[in-house]
Amino acid sequence: MFSRGARQLERRLRIQPLGTSLARAYAAGESALPQLTKDRYPVQRGDYAELTDNHLSFFKNLLGHRVITDASECEPYNIDWIKSVRGYSRCVLKPKTTEEVSKIVSFCNEHKVAICPQGGNTGLVGGSVPVFDEVVLSLSQMNQVLDINDTSGVLVCEAGCILENLDERLSDHGLMMPLDLGAKGSCHIGGNVSTNAGGLRLLRYGNLQGSVLGLEAVKANGEILDCLSTLKKDNTGFHLKHLFIGSEGSLGIVTKVAIQCPPKPKAVNLAFLGLKSFEDILKVLKKAKHELGEILSSCEMIDERSINVCTEHLKVKNPLPDYPFYMLIETHGSNNAHDEEKLNQFLENVMSDGLVLDGTATNEPSKMKNIWELRERITEGLLYDGYVFKYDISLPIENFYSLVPVMKERLGSDAVRISGYGHLGDGNIHLNISVKDFTQEIYKKIEPFVYEYTSKFRGSVSAEHGIGFRKPKYIHYSKSQESVQLMKELKKLMDPKGILNPYKVLP
Amino acid sequence: MARVLVGVKRVIDYAVKIRVKPDKTGVVTDGVKHSMNPFDEIAVEEAVRLKEKKIASEVIAVSCGPAQSQEVLRTALAMGVDKGIHVEITGAEYDTLQPIHVSKILAKLAEKEKADLVIVGKQAIDDDSNQTAQMTAAYLDWPQATFASKIEKGDKDITVTREVDGGLETIKCKMPAVISADLRLNEPRYATLPNIMKAKKKPITKLTPKDLGVDCAPRIQVVSVEDPPTRQAGVVLPDVDALVGKLKEGGHV
Ligand SMILES: Cc1cc2nc3c(=O)[nH]c(=O)nc-3n(C[C@H](O)[C@H](O)[C@H](O)COP(=O)(O)OP(=O)(O)OC[C@H]3O[C@@H](n4cnc5c(N)ncnc54)[C@H](O)[C@@H]3O)c2cc1C
Ligand SMILES: Cc1cc2nc3c(=O)[nH]c(=O)nc-3n(C[C@H](O)[C@H](O)[C@H](O)COP(=O)(O)OP(=O)(O)OC[C@H]3O[C@@H](n4cnc5c(N)ncnc54)[C@H](O)[C@@H]3O)c2cc1C
Repeated sequence: MFSRGARQLERRLRIQPLGTSLARAYAAGESALPQLTKDRYPVQRGDYAELTDNHLSFFKNLLGHRVITDASECEPYNIDWIKSVRGYSRCVLKPKTTEEVSKIVSFCNEHKVAICPQGGNTGLVGGSVPVFDEVVLSLSQMNQVLDINDTSGVLVCEAGCILENLDERLSDHGLMMPLDLGAKGSCHIGGNVSTNAGGLRLLRYGNLQGSVLGLEAVKANGEILDCLSTLKKDNTGFHLKHLFIGSEGSLGIVTKVAIQCPPKPKAVNLAFLGLKSFEDILKVLKKAKHELGEILSSCEMIDERSINVCTEHLKVKNPLPDYPFYMLIETHGSNNAHDEEKLNQFLENVMSDGLVLDGTATNEPSKMKNIWELRERITEGLLYDGYVFKYDISLPIENFYSLVPVMKERLGSDAVRISGYGHLGDGNIHLNISVKDFTQEIYKKIEPFVYEYTSKFRGSVSAEHGIGFRKPKYIHYSKSQESVQLMKELKKLMDPKGILNPYKVLP
Repeated sequence: MARVLVGVKRVIDYAVKIRVKPDKTGVVTDGVKHSMNPFDEIAVEEAVRLKEKKIASEVIAVSCGPAQSQEVLRTALAMGVDKGIHVEITGAEYDTLQPIHVSKILAKLAEKEKADLVIVGKQAIDDDSNQTAQMTAAYLDWPQATFASKIEKGDKDITVTREVDGGLETIKCKMPAVISADLRLNEPRYATLPNIMKAKKKPITKLTPKDLGVDCAPRIQVVSVEDPPTRQAGVVLPDVDALVGKLKEGGHV
């Protein structure tokens, strides 16, 4: 059953877990290692201990062969996914238990050894790799599912579980993860929680601040903080879990999480639409919200230049060439006849209003997968463009796309490609400016302009990717001085020696 | 102009993980997403292209199976097929339906619809039989051109390029004929919204095997369905000597 025929098709349609394709894209440009962060950026090494044999023997005693010190084996842990930054750590630690994490962190705290926590290393703001020689604390071996409760829908697992694997495990219980993103084959739930990752269905399932019911974290002094509640409601005292959701490893190491998981939808439908203008996209978005109502699960937009990234570099087939704008509208529901009727009515309406020029709709998993690739693999495809300036911005919906033409005007032929796509339904656009090579001149033409522009509209300079290493100096474009001050005080309180993910998040 | 009959089978979508029923009588199909057999999609695409090139006058799709088979017929209609025929087969007869039954049905319908060409996928991705085209040709006593990767229509005949082991074979045969579609024949289109809407108004005729005088009584009994053995985890060895040692240990060298 399902042997030759299906295998042949797999090759043709390139069905593969994203993990493998990420690894491949990474290898594709291997020849060009990014410049060391310490050389490219004006940043001073903090007053942290240099790694000694004493430190190493402590780690080896604790973890055995789960300590990596070989320079070439350490390399992947030193370079971020988009190869924008590179550290030179010679020590990667792979604990298997919370107790091991606790012992590592308390030892580092005592000896003032800086730590860079790392999940799947798919973060896009340079937060997941060392800036200098920080010890990398990889959570990849903490990958056990501890409990799945079919009735309450609560998943309890370790931080190093890969998002896609969790989704597969949950699927056997009729449940799904409340978030989904292009990096699902590689990113960890711990990394997702630490970055408060958004993704493709935030519109429907909300953000992790709502779905994370509880977590366990290790504080900078090594203390284990058990906030691993599995209760939907728990108003006893301050909600400490929020200190760790989205703080990007700067306040503690997330070791376990409890997630509220929604039922896996029985009916999934996907429409892929071609449109002529951004104005029409806004009209279709509004109609989708009203007419699809509770079944709407995702509403994404892609401009022509972004989709070309997938068709040109990755040879993904676009069933609907060539429109200036595209929309992906997905529904999740429990009754396909009901959903299809609603979706068809909606599609007929937007077609007959002339808002949508052409489109296709399907509920076949294989076809939906192919269409989603056109959206999910843009980040991967952009790597082939050269150097990419990436911006992850929230703007009021009317101004959602305005930065793209503005930047085109500003940069002209300096850029190879200026493209915009993203989570339309959540007002979050990914602006990507591809250039042949990084130069200071282009850099200065783009920044801080992009941030000033965003700030002018009271947008966010980091909608979902976080601040990491690359954005601390821009945090004030979206946060008041008082807010940043309080963040600094919290950091001081929780990590007085500043060993957790230094040089990141706060200016 | 030619009249073309295409076979479209409803199978479990290939992006879905297949699960064997605990009692080993088959695979789990309840609540599992199905779609058109991908090789049949290629057959439909080719037929529709023949129509667009004004070589075919009418394209008719046939699906044999339970009520839900009409969904794949709708997909075919949305891709550009003119009309659908649903041959309803359910229960035990459906569970043990074999290419021999389907080819008898297709042969009867080819005669009834006065088809000049029958195009089907080279195999279905669920049972992997690769027999339907061949048996249909036999029942009709028509020439067959299997594993087609290219079809060109001449005056009274067709030239078909076939994918054979290690290369291509080009053959010419008279019409009417039966063709089976291989992977590289074309890339099927996605149905566009206007066509999906139009497809809702296209006719689907419902028949039973009995109407066609075909007996679908089971000819086989499924004894057991099992998962393929799971691959044993490999080990990473430090050097060639260790590898040779292991091979000796296992008695391989
Ligand atoms: C009939 C009834 C039904 C209820 N049902 C529910 C229910 O279903 N679910 C539920 O969660 N609760 C329920 N409650 C209790 C609930 O906590 C309160 O009704 C409501 O949330 C408190 O709002 P309030 O403005 O009355 O606050 P108050 O009672 O005035 O204050 C509550 C607390 O908040 C503080 N506080 C109030 N305003 C501020 C402010 N602006 N800034 C800082 N601190 C402030 C106060 O100091 C106090 O500690 C119910 C109460 C009643 C009487
Ligand atoms: C193709 C692609 C698509 C993406 N799409 C989206 C998207 O749609 N939405 C979105 O929000 N993001 C997206 N991202 C970026 C996103 O932030 C990451 O993919 C993901 O959330 C990070 O998880 P990770 O395990 O890879 O974490 P890493 O990259 O390893 O780490 C991210 C940050 O969290 C910290 N960290 C990691 N694990 C822990 C832990 N256990 N405890 C404490 N700190 C930790 C790290 O120090 C770092 O600061 C995308 C990335 C790629 C490559």
